[in-house]
Amino acid sequence: MNDLETVIGLEVHAQLLTRSKMFCGCSTAFGAAPNSQTCPVCQGMPGALPVINRSAVEFGIRTALAVGCRVNEHHRFARKHYYYPDMPKNFQISQYEEPLAEHGVLDIEVGGSSRTIGIQRLHLEEDVGKLIHEGPLETAQSSTVDFNRAGVPLMEIVSRPDMRSPAEAAAYLRTLRTIVVYLGVCDGNMEEGSLRCDANVSLRPAGSPELGVKVEIKNMNSFRNVQHALEYEVKRQVRALAEGEKIVQETRLWDPERVRTVSMRSKEYAHDYRYFPEPDLPPLQVEARWVEAIRATLPELPAARRRRFAGGYGLSAYDADRLTQGRALADYFETTVREYDKPKIVANWVLNELLREMPADDDRAVAACPIPPRNLAGLLRLIDDGTISGKMAKDVFETMYRTGQDAPSIVAREGLTQVADAGELRRVVDQVLAAHPKVVEDWRGGKKAALGFLVGQVMKATLGRANPALVNQLLGEKLPKG
Amino acid sequence: MTQPKISLSQVEHVARLARLELSEADKERMRRELDGILSYIDTLRALQTDGVEPTSHAVPLTNVMREDEPRPSVPQTDMLANAPDPSGEFFRVPRIIEE
Repeated sequence: MNDLETVIGLEVHAQLLTRSKMFCGCSTAFGAAPNSQTCPVCQGMPGALPVINRSAVEFGIRTALAVGCRVNEHHRFARKHYYYPDMPKNFQISQYEEPLAEHGVLDIEVGGSSRTIGIQRLHLEEDVGKLIHEGPLETAQSSTVDFNRAGVPLMEIVSRPDMRSPAEAAAYLRTLRTIVVYLGVCDGNMEEGSLRCDANVSLRPAGSPELGVKVEIKNMNSFRNVQHALEYEVKRQVRALAEGEKIVQETRLWDPERVRTVSMRSKEYAHDYRYFPEPDLPPLQVEARWVEAIRATLPELPAARRRRFAGGYGLSAYDADRLTQGRALADYFETTVREYDKPKIVANWVLNELLREMPADDDRAVAACPIPPRNLAGLLRLIDDGTISGKMAKDVFETMYRTGQDAPSIVAREGLTQVADAGELRRVVDQVLAAHPKVVEDWRGGKKAALGFLVGQVMKATLGRANPALVNQLLGEKLPKG
Repeated sequence: MTQPKISLSQVEHVARLARLELSEADKERMRRELDGILSYIDTLRALQTDGVEPTSHAVPLTNVMREDEPRPSVPQTDMLANAPDPSGEFFRVPRIIEE
């Protein structure tokens, strides 16, 4: 068989961070009592009149601009009909022929090389309610419904089928997630479902311009699941084709427990949505002035910030990339650098110490960090002026993290000043040398590593408080010359 | 009589999409009535509409939007009071997947 090429397109749904729903004033707060955030509009009562949430449209335009989409001047909402109990109206208000924006691009990096993925369209719609089945869906005799989520604004971003591997799909999703979080339009939480992803996967002979039969994969609620599910599905299709089977156009659900995709029994007429213009919502006319006003408020985006961190601060590409995984982390780094002008040292402390405590992309955790940038800068200055050693600073850092206190207070309270008194250290060095004659012999015999052991013993004896440069100097003086 | 605009099986298809159960007599009546409506479309089609934008809304309004401010919802108990089969704090619906 000829070489096969994998073709993947992603549909990403992002819940917008508005305070109220897409078409009514019900709260979007997460975690409220079931069915306590509904009204006649989102319950689809006859005669209720939906009204568009201006912030949701702005968030959509913000995102569209960030991914280089053309914002359509005229767009309107449409009814998408389907009969399923997660939507009380039996239709979902969405956009069909005239989406908010089209023709964007997203640059991704995989294994050090960069690729541009096309974005076909970006549109707004409303989320559906949440179904809880009594047992597995296939056998559940009944299901319960919570409509709090029904009507929450959703933005759907549809890529072109431009991805050629599961790794590229994961990179696209990660990049898109970082952007919507940077823009403040979505919290990007895949586990809680505020960011969701469906994929279309097909195979074709390498180099063929035509697309193969596509299979839609759903239920991938983490980055890891997306990559695993797609890897599984590609393998499944390769095997099926090798055995002469035909790929059927269908929807398959990822089952993370059994590590496979399972065919979803096709709902009859599932794709007969009978779209028509939503009569209750007048069309939108997005004026250029509005778009430009929104463009002027766009923050620096992750890719630009990454380049600036590498160029302006002289960081490695890898460090610049990690520091820009989240907007809060990048802000934290820059605020610290403003107080303590040694970017590489700040980067090391942020990446090695701070990220031991929290994930790089967790904006909430970073913003609530018990060590504010000012205090990290204060700690680093204590190393510079010789008050504490770098090693002691790591312990102080941990205490700062635990207690929220600043470095000078902790150092003063715990008496942690560095021993830089040559007289006191000389005595310790003498004791260490006397206690380890064998090591001293090794050193004389040319074993250079012995020095490291002796330095370690001095540090241990001083509880890490000895000035390392001074210890090295004194050992050099005291050790017998080879 | 001219060629019918809509067949009986199309009527059945549309009824199914709308989850309507129609008797044989209803189906035939629906077919006849829908046929009449669709024939009327032919009359409309006779109009010259080249260069006229399709109308999706009869009222000449655009950009009707509200500010993003939460307002009180209907209390849970009131909302569930209308449900035919509530279950605790939830609406309950019958089996979804057909056997």
